[in-house]
Amino acid sequence: MAFEKDFNLDATELRLGLPGTSEESEKQASTTLRISNKRAMPDMNEDSSVAADKKCDQETAPPTKAQVVGWPPIRSYRKNSLQTKKTEAETCGMYVKVSMDGAPYLRKIDLKMYKGYPELLKALEDMFKFKVGKYSEREGYNGSEFVPTYEDKDGDLMLVGDVPWEMFTNSCKRLRIMKGSEARGLGCVV
Amino acid sequence: MMNYFPDEVLEHVFDFITCHKDRNSVSLVCKSWHRIERYSRRRVFIGNCYSISPERLIARFPGVKSLTLKGKPHFADFNLVPYDWGGFVYPWIKVLAETGIGLEELRLKRMVVSDESLELLSKSFVNFQSLVLVSCDGFSADGLAAIAANCRFLRELDLQENEVDDHRGHWLSCFPESCTSLVSLNFACLKGEVNLGALERLVSRSPNLKSLRLNRSVPLDTLQKLLMRAPQLVDLGIGSYVHDPLSEASNKLKHAIQRCKSIMSLSGFLEVAPRCMSAIYPICGNLTTLNLSYAPGIHGNKLTKLIQHCRKLQRLWILDCIGDKGLGVVASTCKELQELRVFPSDPFGAGNDAVTEEGLVLVSAGCPKLNSLLYFCQQMTNAALITVAKNCPNFIRFRLCILDPVRPDPVTNQPLDEGFGAIVQSCKQLKRLSLSGLLTDQVFLYIGMYAEQLEMLSIAFAADSDKGMLYVLNGCKKLRKLEIRDCPFGNAALLEDVGKYETMRSLWMSSCEVTLGGCKTVAENMPSLNVEIINESGQTVFNLDEGQKVDKMYLYRTLVGHRKDAPESNQTYLKCRGDLTRSDHHEPSLNDMIKDMKLKNISGDDDFIISESNNFKLQSQLFEKEEAEIMILKWKRL
Repeated sequence: MAFEKDFNLDATELRLGLPGTSEESEKQASTTLRISNKRAMPDMNEDSSVAADKKCDQETAPPTKAQVVGWPPIRSYRKNSLQTKKTEAETCGMYVKVSMDGAPYLRKIDLKMYKGYPELLKALEDMFKFKVGKYSEREGYNGSEFVPTYEDKDGDLMLVGDVPWEMFTNSCKRLRIMKGSEARGLGCVV
Repeated sequence: MMNYFPDEVLEHVFDFITCHKDRNSVSLVCKSWHRIERYSRRRVFIGNCYSISPERLIARFPGVKSLTLKGKPHFADFNLVPYDWGGFVYPWIKVLAETGIGLEELRLKRMVVSDESLELLSKSFVNFQSLVLVSCDGFSADGLAAIAANCRFLRELDLQENEVDDHRGHWLSCFPESCTSLVSLNFACLKGEVNLGALERLVSRSPNLKSLRLNRSVPLDTLQKLLMRAPQLVDLGIGSYVHDPLSEASNKLKHAIQRCKSIMSLSGFLEVAPRCMSAIYPICGNLTTLNLSYAPGIHGNKLTKLIQHCRKLQRLWILDCIGDKGLGVVASTCKELQELRVFPSDPFGAGNDAVTEEGLVLVSAGCPKLNSLLYFCQQMTNAALITVAKNCPNFIRFRLCILDPVRPDPVTNQPLDEGFGAIVQSCKQLKRLSLSGLLTDQVFLYIGMYAEQLEMLSIAFAADSDKGMLYVLNGCKKLRKLEIRDCPFGNAALLEDVGKYETMRSLWMSSCEVTLGGCKTVAENMPSLNVEIINESGQTVFNLDEGQKVDKMYLYRTLVGHRKDAPESNQTYLKCRGDLTRSDHHEPSLNDMIKDMKLKNISGDDDFIISESNNFKLQSQLFEKEEAEIMILKWKRL
């Protein structure tokens, strides 16, 4: 039937297994781990004979690592603690809403994508088609009616750029690009 | 010729003998020493809470003041044991309370501790001073509130890596104003907010406070205030460490830290902004213990710079984001290092920053006093292990975990038998060993041959046949705990010498080849062992036929038979019912018994279980005289 080619049947197929694994790799995983004797996985033997380049080994490491219960042997308290940190690092300050005064709808950006303020401000400028002024600690943003601000953990409205980048990403809950007369109150000199 | 010593003199002498092993040995010398020792014993260690009952503990040691109990098997740490398996402390507290024991100290590991038991504990022992919970679960902040409120002379509340349900943070406020006796307070593992004002007041009125470990909810300004009030601290665990290094708060913190000239142990940094580490430098020179294993935020240059200030370090726990280069810095800075633990920061990732054999070799070359290692790494080579063995012959604990469990030597593609063989051959004092990587029966041959002092062995995904396990059981005379997962060991290995298990605390085998029939045979022949089977597959054990493999088997010696609190759920549990009516087939001669005891190396165990066993009745017949004639005993501590 011609129309079947258009459906990505694999994606909607119901089967047991972690997302991202295929049936073949799963089968291989379960057989190689259950077999009592020869423990070396066929993949590894073939690839190890290539020059022992560490990077290469890491790329060909068997996909089964994540699926073995109780391995690596780390206390669950520690494992949970690391995972919490990772999730927190991922969710806290990751995707935040960005609003621009006067714009009909909001946008969302991932703060993790930026290494620092220059990249963030450039991305905001591109997204909303505006330009921020020059930043100075004394006067805030000079030379533009647009001022980037953010709401922090305590709910306060803060000027973007005052605190170290890491502290900013940890505490920023949402961004707001203020415009015009309201922005002037923050020290913007037009 | 020995003269009669009055009991009080012997008791005074025994006061100097504090180590459990030595006290157990003392109790086996003769009847009168046994009697004096047992009445004067204050500290008791029980490595498996199901090996004996609280009633028998009290009958033997009526003067016990400090009790250490361990519950679940070690592999419970890695989710291999169902949550409802057991290890409840409540019955112990209940019996101790009812018999009027003057309990002062309770240390628990891997036990289920309910709020109810904490409350009972807090109300039953007037002089209770010290509670240490490691890797326990089952309690909430309510239980802690009871301890805080009712233990009037509390000196130590030490919570390490427990899963605590702390939905209410008020427990700190429950310490009454009259409580001024705290020496050690560790609540780093609690996730919830605490009452900061109550914390500050508590620290202010605790002049003896030496150890304080905060959780991540304690912010920087509170830390600064606490340090100002407790400059006498010896051990500090920092909660949140996020601040702007140019701010006033940061200055105040630096000043407060500098006043704490006694801090020798530092940990925590549960929330950290790494650019602020320089505030810590002033105290780094005194540190002997540093635990950054919960601070993934400190890495790269910041981490190595910090370590470069710590020249006196003896114990270091870090994450593998330190990298091989960072370990090189450790090697060149920390010449006094004895214990190193490197944990994975990303257990399932490729770990570009992770450590390899290179880092370990560097540390072994730079730190000749290294005797204890826990090392999670991407790979290991035989050559590296051989070098490490040569550089550090003093290992007592050597635990290596290669993240890919069956990885061979990446350079030679060989198993790691020779490398581990070198370790056991060189390190004659080795007591604990964990293996990983690709391993054949050969490594176990080496272990059986050389690891004479080995007490605990952990094996995973190793060996080719039963021979591996047999080498170990036959060779390691001092073996106490053996835990095995995913190895091809079956009934032949399990049943070769079932008497051996009486000399050990426990044996764990999961995903091996032992069958229900094999387990039953052990249970039927050894009434002094409990054999427990945990089957995940959903089949009740009744439905298994004898030839079917069991998922998990845990067997341990016991003096009190089957436990009554195993879950009766029909999915997983069956205790093998040994035939208890079957008596010994013959009465052994005295000479047989002496030979037997010598072979089994009966005395000198941490647990007093062996000396308590029925054998003792026979042993005491050996001594016709009441007093010991031989006074020359080699005690290191005397």
